[in-house]
Amino acid sequence: MRYSALKIFTEGLTGNKGWKPVWREPEPKKEYDVIIVGGGGHGLATAYYLSNKFGVKNVAVLEKGWIGSGNVGRNTTIIRSNYMLPGNEPFYELSMKLWEGLEQDFNYNAMVSQRGILNLYHTDPQRDAYVRRGNAMLMAGADAVLLDQDQLREECPFLDFDNARFPIKGGLAQRRGGTVRHDAVAWGYARGADAKGVDIIQNCEVTGFDIENGVCRGVETSKGSIKAKKIAVCVAGSSSRVMAKAGMRLPIESHVLQAFVSEGLKPVIPGVITFGAGHFYVSQSDKGGLVFGGDIDGYNTYAQRGNLPVVEDVCEGGMAIMPMIGRARLLRSWGGIMDMSMDGSPFIDKTHIEGLHFNGGWCYGGFKATPASGYCYAHLLAKGEPHEVATEMRLDRFERGAMIDEKGVGSQPNLH
Amino acid sequence: MTQSNRIAGGLVDRSKQLSFTFNNKSMTGYEGDTLASALLANGQRLVGRSFKYHRPRGIFSAGSEEPNAMVHLRRGAAQEPNTRATVAELFNGLEATSQNHRGSLEFDLMSVTDLASPFLSAGFYYKTFMWPKKFWEKLYEPAIRASAGLGRLSMQEDPDSYDKGFLHCDMLIIGAGPAGLMAALTAGRAGARVILADEDHLMGGRLNAETLSVDDQEGSAWAAAAAAELDAMPNVRLMTRTSVYGAYDHGVYGALERMTDHVPTSGGKPRQVLWRIYTKRAILTAGATERSIAFPMNDRPGVMLAGSVRTYVNRYGVAPGKKVAVFTNNDDGWRTATDLHAAGVSIAAVIDSREITPLAAIPGALILMGASVASTSGYLGLKSIATSSGVKIETDCLAVSGGWSPNVHLTCHQRGRPTWRDDIGAFVPGGDLPIGMHVAGAGNGSLALASSLKEGANVSASVASDLGFAATAAFPSAEDQSTDITPFWHVEGKGRAWIDLQNDVTVKDVKQSQAEGFRSVEHLKRYTTLGMATDQGKTSNVLGLAIMAEATGKSIPETGTTIFRPPYSPVPIGALAGRARGKDFRPFRLTPSHKWAETHGADFVEAGAWLRAQWFRKGSEKGWRDSVDREVEATRGSVGICDVTTLGKIDIQGRDAAAFLNKVYANGFAKLAVGKVRYGLMMREDGIVMDDGTTARLRENHFIMTTTTANAGPVFRHMEFARQCLWPGMDVHLISTTDGWAQFAVAGPNARNLLSKIVDMDISNEAFPFMACAETTVCGGTPARLFRISFSGELAFEIAVPARYGDAMMTKLMEAGEEFDATPYGTEALGVMRIEKGHAAGNELTGQTTANNLGLGKMVSKKKDSIGNKLSERPEMNREDDLRLVGFKPVDTSKPLAAGAHFVDNGKEAVTKNDLGWMTSVAYSPELGHSIGLGFLKKGDQRKGDKLRAVDLLRGGEVKVEVVSPHMIDPEGERLRA
Amino acid sequence: MIINHPLLGPRDAAEFYVMGDADLINRPDPDAEGAAEAFYEYAYLRDNPAGEHRELWYHEQGDRSWLVVTRSTLTHEIMNVEMARDVALAKGRGQ
Repeated sequence: MRYSALKIFTEGLTGNKGWKPVWREPEPKKEYDVIIVGGGGHGLATAYYLSNKFGVKNVAVLEKGWIGSGNVGRNTTIIRSNYMLPGNEPFYELSMKLWEGLEQDFNYNAMVSQRGILNLYHTDPQRDAYVRRGNAMLMAGADAVLLDQDQLREECPFLDFDNARFPIKGGLAQRRGGTVRHDAVAWGYARGADAKGVDIIQNCEVTGFDIENGVCRGVETSKGSIKAKKIAVCVAGSSSRVMAKAGMRLPIESHVLQAFVSEGLKPVIPGVITFGAGHFYVSQSDKGGLVFGGDIDGYNTYAQRGNLPVVEDVCEGGMAIMPMIGRARLLRSWGGIMDMSMDGSPFIDKTHIEGLHFNGGWCYGGFKATPASGYCYAHLLAKGEPHEVATEMRLDRFERGAMIDEKGVGSQPNLH
Repeated sequence: MTQSNRIAGGLVDRSKQLSFTFNNKSMTGYEGDTLASALLANGQRLVGRSFKYHRPRGIFSAGSEEPNAMVHLRRGAAQEPNTRATVAELFNGLEATSQNHRGSLEFDLMSVTDLASPFLSAGFYYKTFMWPKKFWEKLYEPAIRASAGLGRLSMQEDPDSYDKGFLHCDMLIIGAGPAGLMAALTAGRAGARVILADEDHLMGGRLNAETLSVDDQEGSAWAAAAAAELDAMPNVRLMTRTSVYGAYDHGVYGALERMTDHVPTSGGKPRQVLWRIYTKRAILTAGATERSIAFPMNDRPGVMLAGSVRTYVNRYGVAPGKKVAVFTNNDDGWRTATDLHAAGVSIAAVIDSREITPLAAIPGALILMGASVASTSGYLGLKSIATSSGVKIETDCLAVSGGWSPNVHLTCHQRGRPTWRDDIGAFVPGGDLPIGMHVAGAGNGSLALASSLKEGANVSASVASDLGFAATAAFPSAEDQSTDITPFWHVEGKGRAWIDLQNDVTVKDVKQSQAEGFRSVEHLKRYTTLGMATDQGKTSNVLGLAIMAEATGKSIPETGTTIFRPPYSPVPIGALAGRARGKDFRPFRLTPSHKWAETHGADFVEAGAWLRAQWFRKGSEKGWRDSVDREVEATRGSVGICDVTTLGKIDIQGRDAAAFLNKVYANGFAKLAVGKVRYGLMMREDGIVMDDGTTARLRENHFIMTTTTANAGPVFRHMEFARQCLWPGMDVHLISTTDGWAQFAVAGPNARNLLSKIVDMDISNEAFPFMACAETTVCGGTPARLFRISFSGELAFEIAVPARYGDAMMTKLMEAGEEFDATPYGTEALGVMRIEKGHAAGNELTGQTTANNLGLGKMVSKKKDSIGNKLSERPEMNREDDLRLVGFKPVDTSKPLAAGAHFVDNGKEAVTKNDLGWMTSVAYSPELGHSIGLGFLKKGDQRKGDKLRAVDLLRGGEVKVEVVSPHMIDPEGERLRA
Repeated sequence: MIINHPLLGPRDAAEFYVMGDADLINRPDPDAEGAAEAFYEYAYLRDNPAGEHRELWYHEQGDRSWLVVTRSTLTHEIMNVEMARDVALAKGRGQ
């Protein structure tokens, strides 16, 4: 079923009775060419690109709960490609380009909204670092603009320029950054993959891998064993637990990132704004809620909830740069599990077990990466080698000393 | 307007009339009213518009669950959006305006969306607005955004202040209804430290809204007496106007106390206080919230929750309608009819979906059993209803009861799930409560009064006994009112039947969601926005999932609930931030010479939490460069003084101090002689440079380490880790003395001449050569430490005195230096001189830098084990084409360099694959007379003399640069050894 | 969260700095065979268990003790708190 304004019109006239399920609810087959473990954004995107761009259609996505129930259903919806290091920036720029054509590509309005992202700076060294980063972005074909205080005053007059503890001196803006309606990304990819014959199997938990002599030939699930030529794991929030079933230890720790939304408000802020002297970032959803967050809680956890000190720290950051939000009320908080890697950057790689692939370690930045992650993972699965923008995202990089450490904090995941 | 709907009775104080305005219309009410009760008293039924279709909306409830009656409260900077009229206490001069409409509230232009509603069904926006591509951001989205949202922020700084505090207790009792009061009385009488919190300003909960008796008194009177008894107990703290909004780990609860929201102005007092309550145990006695029934066109102003209708009558003395009808599926709904009748309000009908014997005879009222409401009329306010069997009834207020849902929210804040109880048709707390939490009363499914009182007392007695208090449960006399229910969720029929009133989610939307495959409750919520409104589904969730369960043929427990998340009711961001805003966002750390600097023209700059003098403006200097150039020239020409107290100082003592330093520094320290200082390079275990600085050996077993300003904390922590966890057998002790010693750099050719006037020892080059250190005295006896180290590259010393002498020392240094024209210099001049000398600082030590990158690879001693040594040997960190720190000068020396520019070979395009590195730091060198820079360049050490492009695409600049040695001034170090 | 400090009693977790897996105490012997591999695993690989986790907390706003806290990563319940130095000594790191 193709979606369009006309379709909505004709359905509206006939009582909206003709809408069909967006995806089928099939039983698993005995064998697939590719099994994707994890029906989140990355898994569904991988299935979509495998079936739509790489011609691999005998694919199953196995999801232990409902699709999109992981971090794609629980994030602050920001997209950007404002990275600094050559191992990252081209990848995120590919992601941005895929976002830009996504809705027409999969015929689903995920509300890709490029209202811009603005990183504030408060000191000269911070400005220098942003210039370094902005130039790296431009050299990789992305966009970046450096704004001084006067330009900022014009664009964001509500910022506290005159009474701030850490004066706002300017900002690095990426105009093509913005937000996307997160759930719709999962649904759009699922719909597009399903249409090409991908079996999306919900409530199907992978309980083990069928590994013999270093070769993985399938998975054990709550719905029986399923064979596959290639098995592709992408289970953010459960990476260590799932890969442990294949006997692997990962360079990953799991942490909770809290996020918050305010009650609905008429338009308040233009795009995404991040604070450079504290932990706070904010955007406003189409519904009007301020969507904001800050730092991870810092302790290892699999409980999707956090504690008060971080809530307060984030709100302090908000009030520090925009004290006009004081009377807006925080409506809801939530927590998602972040698989924090040891250098803050992800993995899209084969493992030492033949047939078994791993995609993970996205820290708190997985959402924006969804299209490129899916595309590059599909590339790796279909062609057997990494896509050119994902050549550095290897599991062995720590052994080689080839870290991709944007923040420069080393092998301590909770600092990334 | 007169209070046309005010009737006798209630707990309002009729001697205190208050005036207020709604949409600039003047009205009156009484003390004890909420804005909602006052609006109803004045016959104002229409109060707002719904989110999506801009449908007219009236007051729906009488509590914090209100989805409809949201207003802007107050004006100007203090305007707060989305305030529930049902919890806003009335005060004299209150100003409220309705929100979310264009044009007047009565004629909202946006209500055209309602006409288009057939085309705006669940998730319609995912299926359109995609063409043409550019139109989304330019046209569709701005239009959606402008019509979405609810209230409006003033866009001015919040004028109020907020406080925070901590409270500790044995038992926190959340909710002061019958169960909560009994719990508090029981525990309080037993001597436990109790906090009893309630969001209302009046203790008693539903007792204030019902006509039930306790101990032969009116319920409200019994509640007042109980509150008075508790208030008299020194071990009990009563907190009214306090919402306990979240249950966090280990018995920590978040609570918001509203201090001045009920008065005209805060008068400089904190508006609200955010409490973190630390309790051994908590008893949740949060009561229950009534839910509606979905029937066609059930959203009109005048359609209200039945329990709330009688709240208005019993507590506020306000009749929400002249002729009230009741629609119920349970016995409790009948109480509304009988209470209202007793209060003299005319009852038009009681419609019960159950085929049972009527519970009461109400004169003048039509009693319809086994019946339901199938349609309504009245656009801006209810006029009439019609039943499924076609009976039309004139009514201006329909009281609906679909049953009561226990407020299980806090029991689920730590991922617990509630369980379904068929007998009461509701979810009750499950078994997996937060550790230390107990539940009692209506919130636990004990909906009737006597059971609730009893459970409150029993649970409290058992908890108090657990904690070692001799508690006994004693119950007042009361009756259990009948609460029988036969679940009945929705009425089929023509027209939309609302589930979520604020977000305009109807039964059809749920059915469409089911048809399209969005069947999990989470999919349902996300696809239809059910329960995502400001009430977080308090009035809609159970109804919505019951209808989904029906559509999928599953049971309600199989269908499950979405997750309850904090906060229970919304909390202002300002309250969560408290005092940490503006200049008070974070504390300032001030250097010992701060006051001196303030009075001598300093401009200050943030360096972490520190404020440091950036430069000292002198006389007619116009720009900062004038000051900085002068400071550099004066230092290099004679002598300059800089407060370097902010550098981290760690006092290291013990028999194994030297061995310990050998572990934490990459280079060797074991052989450092007493009285000498050495530069140290510190790595993280991953082989990346963590910090650098100098360490002085004052005595055999006593060292003083300096760190960079930024890393003072992290380095100390790292060393404590090494001491306690890695080498616990070493005899070594660490103390951070950063704030204990004021330290000044005295640099320049006249540094010795100046200092020898102050220091009580021989500091000639022979007696005190470069890299010497000593414990000494100054000014004839003040203890001091002297180090002959130089960051500027000049003959230089750092002199440290106990911090309390810092200010005096600065003055003394300037006095002694007067003859040399001693010049104070700030961080900018410091920066210029260190760039001239090629010293790495924060811009170079990015946490991505290896010793090789800095050209210090040879410092990493291979003769010993040190932190980071092993992992620094990894192949990719020892590439032949590594980045190297080198110096740069512009080929055209009139051009300024730019930090952050990237290097590209001549003739190569500025793209990622040609990226050779970047400029880390730049400065204007007054001595060299041109701009200079430091930067990381691939194979930089092999490219001296090469000319490259330094490209700053971001600011549209490009400069040809020549690669030079990073040691741009006095490369042989003759000055510093002089 | 509240951490029951062995010396100071219950303290708010906000006073602490948390660093993760207490396995970081077990720094490999740099002179042993396969030390490079051992250091890589030590610095980078984690069990990351769902359940009981022994982890390092540093009382930065307090007495500067490093503690080994045994805590559930599923419920956040704390089962045990020890002085990290005692743990390290017990592992023979004092030699």
